[in-house]
Amino acid sequence: MNTAAIQQLLHERFGSGVGPVESARLSDAVEVDPLSVDEIALFLRDQPDLAFDCLNNLSGTDRPARGKIQVTYELFSYVHRHAFVLKVDARRDRPQVKTVENVWPAANWLEREVYDLLGVVFLGHSDLRRLLLPDDWIGYPLRKDYVEAPEYHGISTVRESILALPERR
Amino acid sequence: MSLELEFDDGREVFATEEMTLNMGPQHPSTHGVLRFIIRADGEVMRSAKADVGYLHRSIEKIAEKVGWHGFMPYTDRVDYVAAMTTNQAWAIAAEALGGVTVPRRGEYCRVIAAELGRICSHLLAAGAMGMDIGAITPFTHAVRERELINDLLEELCGARLTFNYMRIGGVAWDLPPGFDAKVLRFLNHFEPYVDELDDLLSNNKIYIERLANVAVVSRERAIAYCLVGPNLRASGVRYDIRKHLPYSVYPEFDFEVPIGTGRHGSVGDCWDRYIVRLDEMRQSARILRQALEGLPEGPVIAKVPRNYKPAAGEVHVHVETPRGDQSWYVVADGTEYPYRVHIRTGSFAAMSIIEELSRGLMVADLVALIASFDIVAPEVDR
Repeated sequence: MNTAAIQQLLHERFGSGVGPVESARLSDAVEVDPLSVDEIALFLRDQPDLAFDCLNNLSGTDRPARGKIQVTYELFSYVHRHAFVLKVDARRDRPQVKTVENVWPAANWLEREVYDLLGVVFLGHSDLRRLLLPDDWIGYPLRKDYVEAPEYHGISTVRESILALPERR
Repeated sequence: MSLELEFDDGREVFATEEMTLNMGPQHPSTHGVLRFIIRADGEVMRSAKADVGYLHRSIEKIAEKVGWHGFMPYTDRVDYVAAMTTNQAWAIAAEALGGVTVPRRGEYCRVIAAELGRICSHLLAAGAMGMDIGAITPFTHAVRERELINDLLEELCGARLTFNYMRIGGVAWDLPPGFDAKVLRFLNHFEPYVDELDDLLSNNKIYIERLANVAVVSRERAIAYCLVGPNLRASGVRYDIRKHLPYSVYPEFDFEVPIGTGRHGSVGDCWDRYIVRLDEMRQSARILRQALEGLPEGPVIAKVPRNYKPAAGEVHVHVETPRGDQSWYVVADGTEYPYRVHIRTGSFAAMSIIEELSRGLMVADLVALIASFDIVAPEVDR
């Protein structure tokens, strides 16, 4: 089934929580409400015509110009061999999205990664801890306005170049 | 006189207690730096929680700083055991966004490099699998063969591990003179060697006992956890990006997609994951022969501006690396820098299922499990 047909099906079932088909160049997606994404995900998985049994990818993208952090879900069905891209926009100042961990266990780690690097809070997640960075890291590096701290536990993160110092005579 | 079976505080003397074990972060069998926190009841694990991130180099953030061409060498470091396919994934994503078409000879060069890389990676996986459960010799054999491919790839691009061979629009260099004959000679030597590895390792009684029926992953769980590549196929799902979502010139080649059959135990056990890789090496050899046979003439790289600035758009790219479907999400905003690059790797998915599989598994089998997934830690951490 193509994106337009799936969008129609979702819209009939969930109404205003499902946006129109968004066409970026080379990729179509449907934007849905971040607080009902779990129900929509369950529907996408269990509806026999759709049968999206696999969450292939889940990525976060910071969009400061729009005040949003976008989470992109790439779904795949091994039953029908079709794909579908779902998106949610979380508010940048208070990014909250319902977890889909109970729908696809693969989301457990993928959501932890987005939480770790972009600071999106996945509501209802069973184990929302940092995944790649140390637990006491400050900030979310994949946000566009992230500034690296000058040091971490007394370890400098910058290195002075002798070439930048005035030359000794 | 009665035997005292209780301590003063009432605890039983012979009761067992749960033990917490730390494995890593520098255990020799963990294929790069990773760590497990194991809760064990005697030799049986209650759970093994993975602690990853020791090799995190923020490669995705770097992509936003170095530009489209400049990111190519970094892709080598995403998975340095099979850098060719990661090169290829990035090139395909950038080309899709920029509307670049790769010349046919360039595509053939890519396939030849990628399949040599796949054999290289699977050899290491098979050898390390033997070593991880105590068979040292097969590892030395596998690495001996792998060395021949390293020599070939060095001749092709000057590097033995981090190749930086591909470019947006094609490949950096054409095949050197006489290269095709050398690859053929290698294949003639290599194909009988895979059968030798069967005799040496695959059908070894002890090896089978250690792997068959261990850590069985059902088809449903494999899909739910997004296992990909050989790990997915071992669970009986016949799905290979090269065949079912084809890219490059793969549709022109005749090859099969091996799946796990549970020959010695159940479908989706450690032995199945091992044997699928061995069968894939034979298929890669088949593809290589066809690619050398049909190698077209012409340029190997398209004309691509040095200041590469693809128009705004986003693309999902899938490439079959030796560790399966590597899923790239790349966003362009019309500047000379990618806006966002995200890579979901095969090792990442495989690591995330280990906690579930570890329940009830023997401590000694955890190493077999990690090896059977062919996890490469830098690919998890990026």
